[in-house]
Amino acid sequence: MRLQAFAPVGQTLRAGIDTVLVSRLQESLDDFGDRFLQRLFTPAEQAAAGGAPERLAARFAAKEAALKAFGWHDTGIDWREIEVHTGAQGEPRLRLHGKAAACARAEAVHEIALSLSHDGDHACAIVVALAATPVFPSNSQPSPP
Amino acid sequence: MNHSALIDDPVTTQIRAVLAQHGRLGQPVESLADGADLYQAGMSSHASVNVMLALEGAFDIEFPDHMLTRSVFASMAAIRAAVLEIQAG
Repeated sequence: MRLQAFAPVGQTLRAGIDTVLVSRLQESLDDFGDRFLQRLFTPAEQAAAGGAPERLAARFAAKEAALKAFGWHDTGIDWREIEVHTGAQGEPRLRLHGKAAACARAEAVHEIALSLSHDGDHACAIVVALAATPVFPSNSQPSPP
Repeated sequence: MNHSALIDDPVTTQIRAVLAQHGRLGQPVESLADGADLYQAGMSSHASVNVMLALEGAFDIEFPDHMLTRSVFASMAAIRAAVLEIQAG
């Protein structure tokens, strides 16, 4: 069976994925300590992760997945403006702040879904969103995988 | 600007040292030209964060939000320009 995904008429479907090695996340914590935590994660994210490197790795992957999904790698977004939190049903959700929220509003992003996973040394995240504007500016193209 | 013109520059020397330690490049940093694409050379987004934090420590600076972009860390020349801009205030 062949499955295809279509965005509703007038909408664009955006997706981004990222993988982080848990052992390398731990190395970053060892090398930079609190500075790494404070620079990348909000206090709520740090509390939710409870210091577990696999949870921090998945949350960092989520931020990078969001940057890819929205084409924001050259926008100048603080990682803490892309926050992972837990929804009412226990599901991971993205909450955007500051410039990230302003960019999302400007691009008419109205639905964002997030999934996190980790197994052994690998943590990954995927972000899927619906927006009412083109995925990338007309003068740029997404990088090949 | 070519590689040999910057090779004795102390800022570039420090940047090369940071990249050698934290960049996780797929080839020796000494083999890369100053304008070489570091992401093409194997630097991941995670490694670029480590490079940023190490540069902040090495130069006693802080990258402002508007410099938290892929292009600022895309090459040694771009990093050098950013470091000098921050140091100039």
